[in-house]
Amino acid sequence: MTTLPAIRVRGLWKYFGHFAALRGLDLDVEAGRFLTIFGPNGAGKTTLMKVLSTQSGASEGSVVVGGVELPRGAGELRRRIGVISHNTYLYPQLSAYENLVFYGRMYQVPDLRDRAMSLLEEVGLVGRMDDRVATFSRGMEQRLSIARALLHQPDLMFLDEPYTGLDQHASRMLRDVLETLHTGERTIVLTTHNLEQGLEMCDDVAIQVRGRMVYREPIESVDRASFEQTYFDYVGKEFRWDS
Amino acid sequence: MTTEGASEPLASTRSFGQRSMWVDVLGLLSLVGVLVALYLALLWAPTEAVMGDIQRIFYFHMPSAWVALGPAFTVAFVCSIIYLVKRDLRYDRIAAASAEIGVMFTTITLVTGPIWARPIWGAYWTWDPRLTTTLVLWFIYVAYLMLRASSAPGHKRARLSSVFAIVGFVDVPVVFMSIRWWRTIHPLLISGKGMSLDPSMEFVLMFSLGVFTLLYVYLLIVRVRQEDLKSRVDRLRQQLLMR
Amino acid sequence: MGFLSRSWAIAQKDIVAELRTRETVISMLLFGFLVILIFNFGIEPGLREENLVKPGVLWAAFTFAGILGLNRSFAQEKENDCLQGLLLCPVDRAVIYLGKFFGNLVFTAIMGVVVFIFFSVLYNVDLVGALLPMVLILLLASVGFSSVGTLFSSVSVGLKTRDVLLSILLFPVMVPVILAAAKSSARVLDGDGLGAGSLWLGLLVVYDVVFLAISVMVFDYTVEE
Repeated sequence: MTTLPAIRVRGLWKYFGHFAALRGLDLDVEAGRFLTIFGPNGAGKTTLMKVLSTQSGASEGSVVVGGVELPRGAGELRRRIGVISHNTYLYPQLSAYENLVFYGRMYQVPDLRDRAMSLLEEVGLVGRMDDRVATFSRGMEQRLSIARALLHQPDLMFLDEPYTGLDQHASRMLRDVLETLHTGERTIVLTTHNLEQGLEMCDDVAIQVRGRMVYREPIESVDRASFEQTYFDYVGKEFRWDS
Repeated sequence: MTTEGASEPLASTRSFGQRSMWVDVLGLLSLVGVLVALYLALLWAPTEAVMGDIQRIFYFHMPSAWVALGPAFTVAFVCSIIYLVKRDLRYDRIAAASAEIGVMFTTITLVTGPIWARPIWGAYWTWDPRLTTTLVLWFIYVAYLMLRASSAPGHKRARLSSVFAIVGFVDVPVVFMSIRWWRTIHPLLISGKGMSLDPSMEFVLMFSLGVFTLLYVYLLIVRVRQEDLKSRVDRLRQQLLMR
Repeated sequence: MGFLSRSWAIAQKDIVAELRTRETVISMLLFGFLVILIFNFGIEPGLREENLVKPGVLWAAFTFAGILGLNRSFAQEKENDCLQGLLLCPVDRAVIYLGKFFGNLVFTAIMGVVVFIFFSVLYNVDLVGALLPMVLILLLASVGFSSVGTLFSSVSVGLKTRDVLLSILLFPVMVPVILAAAKSSARVLDGDGLGAGSLWLGLLVVYDVVFLAISVMVFDYTVEE
């Protein structure tokens, strides 16, 4: 029914001092799709994710997420977005359960105890729910941060390099969770510089270099075998200034 | 929420960056004014009957205090508010320049005061309300400059220092009031009163006040122009790097 | 009512985390005790002016110990980038400010009362008579200290010279609070009771209200990105 895309970005610029991290970026994501954005370090992927998830304001350009214009509608939008980043946003001195309850209170999640318990079960942390996050391994922390992001059942998910620092077991677990999230009702944007993990389950592929989108194709028309070459062609061409 | 005006267009600072005739005229006027004020204060004005020649320092002490406490810190306060509303970095630069000049004149006030006070009051320093408030004021605005020095130029620094400038300025009358109560509860043994001004002395004082105000305006313009140019150079350098 | 309950959730989380490690409160208390101890060596015992100096010692200890707690307040939100997680929550920025403020207020006030008890033992203060009025003064001073302190903690947290800078920013702005607190507690310690220092208590209340309001209004600008 909806012809409105879930995300619509036009001419987005973001400056830090005089440095432009995003330089006139355009982006459309249809509702329910899973988009993976590839890009080298310094391409502005994290900056883009921060702007899309209301954590950072645009310097120039228009940003509409979930039908809400930013930054005006930021307060309203926050209820509907979930963010998983390489930073977990978890308090190390609180237990896994306490972390979820704290964030749940901030989101005013109904039936909070049940919701927290079922999420802990989903990410396999029930056995450690009363232990402090400081004692967790990186993989367990990241699993808990997935639970934290899902507490309020967001319909827009932003995942910024979620695989960073995860061992194989934890990466696999994250992938399984993402698979269950990818139902066609949730719009998901993932950034990564790992080609293998990024191509696994997305609907669309984009490459971001130097603050711009330089490549954008649906997964069906991407030739996985030669994608690595395609990627390095784009990165190499645009990236000589940074070394 | 206003979006942070990003890259200021280069044109906006160009006009300000160029040397303009009337600024030079203003500078020349200030210079001549200061020389005349020196002559009037040190040679022309009659010697004060009780205090003697040391009283002449008053012609510089009082105008410095006026410039700092009057226009300089008020402009810094007002421009900080305007910056937060408009997000135009020009106002942040004006606020910073004005605070800087204010600190300079406060320092002059704090140095000339004790020189005069030693022979007249018999002590370099007394915890008189005006003196003490001036000292606290000096600390507040030096803190403001320290805050700016420990952060990179840009909107973030502008936001943080504007917040501090606003809180600091509102604090000034409260500081003054509290110190006055403090001193009136403990009787003052020595007082700065009892200086009635002869008409020719009054003329020199008024002249000096005018000259110092003119000097403030000139310094402010020059300082803001410098900062504008610096910001423009930074921006051009950044653009070159990105090419 | 979601507003205050969510602010309280933030303060509660800070208090629970602090109860686990006790790092901040213990270092605040020790530091406060040490300031009193060190000052003691500068004051000749039995000096006629000793009574005039005593409140100064107490409030110097309060200020220096208090800054330690503020230094930690937003620094601990930087671990795992928790501040970003907090800013992502669908709450007004004022909720976040008030939550951090409540937490700091609790730590500062507790530290103030314990440091005062330590002080009263060393300086032979009539603790029973002075405790209640002193708690009131300490509470009012803690509100003023924590309101601006929480705001400036957020200002300085991302900067190079974070901890030193916070002291430099906060102390001059705190002059009226420290002055009023020292003056009113001097009356209490002299046995005159609270009424004698009502002017100063009034100043503390005015300061608390004015600067809490300003801080709520401008906090937003310190966490924007």
